[in-house]
Amino acid sequence: MNVANETLALNRREFLIAGATAAGGFLLGLPHIGSAKDADGGKIGFFVQIEPDGKIIIGSNQPEIGQGVRTALPMLVAEELDVDWSQVSIRQMPLGIVKVDEGYTWKYGGQGVGGSTGLTSNWDYMREVGATARGQLIKAAAQRLNVDESDCSTRPGVVVCESLNIEIPYGDLASDAAALPLPEESPPLKSIDDYRIVGTRLKTIDARDIVTGKTKYGVDTVQPDMRYAVIARAPVLNATVKGFDDTKARKVSGVLDVFEIKGPAMGEPYLILASGVAVVATSTWAAMQGRDALSIEWHDSPSASDSTDAFWEENEAMLDGEGQVVLDDGDFPAAMAAADKTVTRRYRVPFVNHAPLEPQNCYAYVQEDKCHIIAPTQSPSGASRSAHAVTGIARENIHVDMTRVGGGFGRRLTTDYVAEAAMISKHTGWPIKLMWSREDDVKNDFYRPAGVHEMQAGLDSAGKVTAWTQRLASASKYYRRPNMPDENLFGAELYIDDFPRRIVENLRLEYFNHKIGLPRGSWRAPAHTANAWVIQSFIDEIAHESGQDPLALRLELYGEERELEYTNHGAPTFNPGRLARLAKFVAERIGYGKELPDGHGIGIASHFTFGGYCAHAIEVSVTDGRLSIERIVAAIDCGLAVHPNAVEAQLQGGTIDGISTALGLQITVKDGQVQQSNFHDYPLARIARFPERFEAHILPYNDTPTGVGEMGLPTAAPALTNAIFNATGLRIRSLPISEHLQV
Amino acid sequence: MTAFRINDKPFSFDGDDSTPLLWVIRDELNMTGTKYGCGIGQCGACTVHINGKAQRSCITPVAAVADQTITTIEGLAKSDDDLHPVQRAWLEFDVPQCGYCQAGQIMATVDFLKRFPNPSDDDIDSNMTNICRCGTYARIRKAIHRAAELSRQASETGDSQ
Repeated sequence: MNVANETLALNRREFLIAGATAAGGFLLGLPHIGSAKDADGGKIGFFVQIEPDGKIIIGSNQPEIGQGVRTALPMLVAEELDVDWSQVSIRQMPLGIVKVDEGYTWKYGGQGVGGSTGLTSNWDYMREVGATARGQLIKAAAQRLNVDESDCSTRPGVVVCESLNIEIPYGDLASDAAALPLPEESPPLKSIDDYRIVGTRLKTIDARDIVTGKTKYGVDTVQPDMRYAVIARAPVLNATVKGFDDTKARKVSGVLDVFEIKGPAMGEPYLILASGVAVVATSTWAAMQGRDALSIEWHDSPSASDSTDAFWEENEAMLDGEGQVVLDDGDFPAAMAAADKTVTRRYRVPFVNHAPLEPQNCYAYVQEDKCHIIAPTQSPSGASRSAHAVTGIARENIHVDMTRVGGGFGRRLTTDYVAEAAMISKHTGWPIKLMWSREDDVKNDFYRPAGVHEMQAGLDSAGKVTAWTQRLASASKYYRRPNMPDENLFGAELYIDDFPRRIVENLRLEYFNHKIGLPRGSWRAPAHTANAWVIQSFIDEIAHESGQDPLALRLELYGEERELEYTNHGAPTFNPGRLARLAKFVAERIGYGKELPDGHGIGIASHFTFGGYCAHAIEVSVTDGRLSIERIVAAIDCGLAVHPNAVEAQLQGGTIDGISTALGLQITVKDGQVQQSNFHDYPLARIARFPERFEAHILPYNDTPTGVGEMGLPTAAPALTNAIFNATGLRIRSLPISEHLQV
Repeated sequence: MTAFRINDKPFSFDGDDSTPLLWVIRDELNMTGTKYGCGIGQCGACTVHINGKAQRSCITPVAAVADQTITTIEGLAKSDDDLHPVQRAWLEFDVPQCGYCQAGQIMATVDFLKRFPNPSDDDIDSNMTNICRCGTYARIRKAIHRAAELSRQASETGDSQ
């Protein structure tokens, strides 16, 4: 079933990668605030509500997955509205879509978080929301006082008329302001020098509710007459149900219904991931017990012989042939032939699971002509599309509420679990909450793609890199995407304008697609996680082979500050000088080049991710084959740091995610089955792996923010493996590290 | 029928007494601060106190808590205005990202600090095994040390919490 071919793209990340023209249509901007005119009470727009008592409620239209957007976006509104942050409370907005002639458009601006765009794509919009509301309050005050608007200005929470020496609180003006027509033009915005809220270290708005257990996640949804559902999914990739015996399951106390769930046919886009049998019960535990009591027979699957062992061998073999040349700058073969020295290396990056700590879940209540969804999702419009695809109910009659999300990491850009919940509610007619177990989540995912990267570089006699190629054989993330021709599959795996584009003149990128039947998707900083590790490892190897210092070689390659054209997701330009600045900074902080004890080593890495810049320096020690991380220095340049507390948190968290994943995580397949099942064999790192000497620095750069959710991750792993090499001479060329060292 | 006290109130559960305590707390009592993360005692998101000791409720059959006293995250603070020192430390360092694991982290820390009132980093490493997928460990470490300090201050001023 094709659910993507609509006005709203399958998810924001893809849409934004697709291009700016379409993205421009996403944000309809301020005209919808005009709906405030018919709103009741003191409302001004959907984003700003001002109560007569002066209380300010700011609507947050984006999903909160822990990245801090529920604090950061309202900060922008509050800044321009000119209120005290302590006056502000935040209300989560539902999905807002409006039917128009050619499909649907946004009611509250584009909604969805992925690709680190939550802040950047709302940066202008949210400030304009706040500034427009402030302008209306000033206009209302001027009319009441019978003065010119230019005689009025604001202080936090009040309009001030200097000439009359009168102050009027916003609350007193709210209803007047709501009745005024909106201006046609965009309002003027504050200068960065006047910011009182943006750029200050505010706390997470929901922290108090979180530490007292009050916050509601999707999994905490309780609705009247709600039943609980689980699904027994096919253990073999792409297998379908042949038959099942539910006699014992129905005898489990509390089990109400058992029925088949039909999965997608092999090769079709994924509305859901797998075929299975649903069990609905009066409690989660009863549903799980009922599922355990099922006896299911499965058809043979075309993926029954898939294995990651074969996957690696086949990728290696493909690299011995010729692939799809997707970029060919200069004359790579001639430059290699003329090189004084060449370096060739292969690296393996495994499949990994998203493993958000809140497993997938969704509340659905499908009625004849309407549907209610409550879901932890990064893509509420995707949730709406999935529910529509299952039920046929018009999108405008599908109400989607977003809860706080217990971790995203890209997993919840896909909404297969919403489709499953809608299927179960539709079948039973009941309001149901679908619950996934951890085993369901580890074994059924849109995994991070795995692949083998062959890197080659040619150097001249002075050690300058004159030729570069990356040849990647991988399982593309775009597998089973609707309307996705084979020749475009590389686009999710190789971002052609990444380093060293326009830096190394003779550059070739080559792609080979592997067709393993394991689902793939967007995993935090998608291709950057693999490519930063490979490229930053390879730079170290080139340096070692040619007798150069790894930091010096980086600085030489990055060069001075300059804006290079960048057509991939995240930014219009790439400034390699900003990477040089960060690499130098972290090197100085950690004492790069200093005398180290035996068995200690330092590694450096730096990378440009979706518009933001990051670097890591890590010191390790290796004793008797056992790795210990001694010290971490991380630095991010995200332009203007709007919400520095969250920027630091994302840098810390991204670093830990990158290290945890590199240390011990991989998904393997044998006989068409995922071999891991829970945290005992998919061992997310615990606190003991991370040293108390852990610095996270923000290096400001001009006045435009970039996203921050993904930037801290990609360079952590290569800094770590470069440090291991520096300490031991052991070069890690396949992940996870636990296959080479005790971690 | 299994009777126990939870957050200072009596409760009795008349379902299958092999049901994990976690699901009784969540589905029967509708107290949702205690989270499901793995179901096998690995991640600690379901940590509650049974007679003051941190336990993983996902692998604790409700039969095992008959006549016992249970505290969940909802019952940790004396009141909304008087949070536990560990909660206050968590707020001071703004620990949560997604926040899903934090109730379990806090419940584990409260018990840990009873055993290690002045913990070293090694003590933390050896005893704190809860998983945080967002990677808030850097702030958790600081918050644990701060909570120890706050707890000592509280006991010096005669507040025994």
